[in-house]
Amino acid sequence: MSAISDSLVITRRNLIRMTRIPEMVIFGLVQPIMFVVLFTYVFGGSIQVGSSTSTQAYREFLMAGIFAQTVTFATAGAGAGIADDMHKGLIDRFRSLPMTRGAVLTGRTIADLAQTALTLVVLAIVALIVGWRTHENFGKVLAGFGLLLLLGYAFSWIGALIGLSVRTPEAATSGGLIWLFPLTFISNAFVDANQMPTFLRHIAEWNPFSATVQACRELFGNLPPGFKASDAWPMQHPVWASLLWSVLIITVFRTLAVRKYRRAGA
Amino acid sequence: MPGAIYAEGLVKTFGDVRALDGVDLDVPEGTVLGLLGPNGAGKTTTVRCLTTLLQPDSGKAVVAGLDVLKQPNEVRRSIGLSGQFAAVDEYLTGRENLQMVGQLYQMRARAAKARAEELLAQFDLADAADRPAKTYSGGMRRRLDLAAALVVSPPVMFMDEPTTGLDPRNRQLLWEVIKQLVSGGTTLLLTTQYLEEADHLAHDIAVVDHGRVIARGTSDQLKARTGGERVEVVVHDREHITLAGEVLAGFGKGELTVEEHTRKLTVPVTGGAKLLAEVIRELDVRGIEIDDIGLRRPTLDDVFLSLTGHVAEIKEAESDEQAGPKGRGQKTEAAK
Repeated sequence: MSAISDSLVITRRNLIRMTRIPEMVIFGLVQPIMFVVLFTYVFGGSIQVGSSTSTQAYREFLMAGIFAQTVTFATAGAGAGIADDMHKGLIDRFRSLPMTRGAVLTGRTIADLAQTALTLVVLAIVALIVGWRTHENFGKVLAGFGLLLLLGYAFSWIGALIGLSVRTPEAATSGGLIWLFPLTFISNAFVDANQMPTFLRHIAEWNPFSATVQACRELFGNLPPGFKASDAWPMQHPVWASLLWSVLIITVFRTLAVRKYRRAGA
Repeated sequence: MPGAIYAEGLVKTFGDVRALDGVDLDVPEGTVLGLLGPNGAGKTTTVRCLTTLLQPDSGKAVVAGLDVLKQPNEVRRSIGLSGQFAAVDEYLTGRENLQMVGQLYQMRARAAKARAEELLAQFDLADAADRPAKTYSGGMRRRLDLAAALVVSPPVMFMDEPTTGLDPRNRQLLWEVIKQLVSGGTTLLLTTQYLEEADHLAHDIAVVDHGRVIARGTSDQLKARTGGERVEVVVHDREHITLAGEVLAGFGKGELTVEEHTRKLTVPVTGGAKLLAEVIRELDVRGIEIDDIGLRRPTLDDVFLSLTGHVAEIKEAESDEQAGPKGRGQKTEAAK
């Protein structure tokens, strides 16, 4: 019981902090909006997806990729936040209180999830403005956003582990970001992975990130005309693959992070 | 029965550094122990071990009747910790900080809210209750930090250099709060670099240096170890030094020391103010003009100097050269 209530107390603390430092939330929104606009207008029409080179087909194809990339950026936020906490006296207070050990981390990741949800709402509105449309029922669309949130939550645990492993919040920010670029670019997020060289194509197909992108395209009805998913299992069953990947990441990284937190300073 | 805070043979090493080298402590319930020592002596490490923040390599620790190593979570329910750096969330208001801590001590939201209100009033923070802590002055932050440590009125309190860096007014304020707390029956372990602070607040003092308790006792007992009171005279004319020395030697109970360049003579005595008056009369009779005279009781600074061979506090850095090869070198070898 106290595991839940302690986590919620810490979640509340982090949410209050976000309202006191609104610029953090606002800057978090700028990058994905820029990506939506840049990719739509710069690449739109010149990238072939499926059998189509139409601007509209690429727009719809693109959005799931940008949504997914955006939620993974929660990694950097969680990492920097936790690294910052660990280097302040406050963490000694927390560790001297009769509270659940993992609550400081769980509270942080839940607060980040709330921020991710807010970012997704804003991003979806911008996407609608530039011409993104869904072609499936509302339930499926919501399920797609559910998978995105779960992926973001999973990645914030990776960030938590990074935050606990580095010496400064700055290191956690860059350490949380650099590997996200190859991860999100060697995937199906921005281009059709079928057109990649074989070696990269295999990586892209089994990339946890690709599974969620593919699942969202299915659930949003955003697969371009003439698009043929590869035979790789995660691309054939993207919803299951996305769920499994996220649950696996949460299980592994949460365990490692909580263990690391307990041992911190000891 | 062991006291409310009890430690036996605590050892903690960080790599090559033996931060704690067998610390023994026993603090009876309802008393204050002042842990006195220079920077790096092991005070903070001791507190961190006793408050479950650090796991000692070996040794035993019991707090409020609970084994610190075996029942850390139960210990956490019975202690309050106020650290060297104000451990508050600077983006939360004073009220939000205290409520959060209350809830993490497993109080219900409403109870935590009511308790926060009480503490804000008690620590003179009611006016600033709804401002983020980052707008607080240093003294206010410390008070908020101390209030956070007192949310559940824990029977055992640990304060790690509670007044370091505070101005005299805020230090006085904090001292008052600490005294009230102790008169209410709380057991307190307090670390400090300020000898005056230990003298003022603590029933017993343990002097720590290089990870060991090198002396313990009441303030008076420690001062007595350094020798009792002494008379200090500064003569006006350099030519009078020899003559004054003869006078003082007549009254003294020990070796006379003379500092030529400051024209200062010091001799241990017994007999207090009455004797001082006699010394003054005798000097007067001999026609020795004096600039200053006084009866000096040893300060804890003197105690420290005589125990450790180096002066406490910031001067530690300067004395490192002398203390280094002797103290540190030996220990490094022992650690290997």
